Amino acid sequence: MTLRRRLLFAAPLAVVAAGGAGFYAILRRMQAQNYDPHALPSPLIGHKPPAFTLPGLNGGPGFSNTDLIAPPRPMLVNWFASWCIPCAQEAGLLYALAQAGLPIWGIAYEDKPEAISNYLGQYGNPFQRLATDESGLTAINWGVYGVPETYLIDKSGIVRWRWAGAITDDVLQNRLNPLLAQYS
Amino acid sequence: MKRLLLVLALLPALAYAQIVTRDGVTLTQAQETRAEAIGDQLRCLVCQNESIEGSSAALAHQLRVIIRQQVVQGVSNKDIMAYMVQRYGIFVLLKPPLSPLTWLLYASPFIALALGFGAAWIARFSRPPPPAPLSAAEQERLQKLMNS
Repeated sequence: MTLRRRLLFAAPLAVVAAGGAGFYAILRRMQAQNYDPHALPSPLIGHKPPAFTLPGLNGGPGFSNTDLIAPPRPMLVNWFASWCIPCAQEAGLLYALAQAGLPIWGIAYEDKPEAISNYLGQYGNPFQRLATDESGLTAINWGVYGVPETYLIDKSGIVRWRWAGAITDDVLQNRLNPLLAQYS
Repeated sequence: MKRLLLVLALLPALAYAQIVTRDGVTLTQAQETRAEAIGDQLRCLVCQNESIEGSSAALAHQLRVIIRQQVVQGVSNKDIMAYMVQRYGIFVLLKPPLSPLTWLLYASPFIALALGFGAAWIARFSRPPPPAPLSAAEQERLQKLMNS
């Protein structure tokens, strides 16, 4: 067999091997919860959040888009629900971030006041301010397509990052922390 | 008699103007047909290979309601699509528009075809030349070998 023929025979094998290596890399990153192939890029990135005014919990003060115009430092807006399992998974990490001084505002998505109170009592309340979107219509204007979703808003009130799914240690270290450093 | 004929002729129009209620919105059959056509072109963001019309996800139901409300309000198809794209990006369109982001997607059949033709071309013209014809002495030897 000539060298050329050998190379021709090896080419399909090389393609399969490269594909396998690619899939393996994707699976590893999915396992580390650092990558979600279903995650969508948010059209809100580079823009201010859409106009909204949401009530708080049990008649408490909620917040509106005008409260997000110029935060003193970068902040997170976290969409969550008491019925959402990944929300409970990231609750501890959010609480620790809030304790470390990162402002996090929460919006409860399609949830009942009593269930929200129980949830925050069980997992701790990391939120400086809390609003409730019981109808889920504000969520649609934000382009939220599941909970949890977390938005990073910089000091000029512009959305810089959206993470759909639970924030893990890996996501915090490799994605959120560099962005917080960049925009602080 | 003429009047009766006129009524009979207009009967099919009634079906078109029939009032239906879908996803809690009341609209005419014509509006419902339009809403379904729009929903068929939109991807459900939760179960990503289903259309908004075909999905049973809660978000898809909410979006179906929004589409029907906008159809009743007389919003154009183009503006309803723009409403969805503004919120969810072009991924929400089951048939995305041609853009720098999607040109590779649309060009891929042509690229594959070109690669195939290229490979066939190379295979056709890089074959080693056939061996030179046998000399008289070699012919004679071949004959002898075949006869022996």
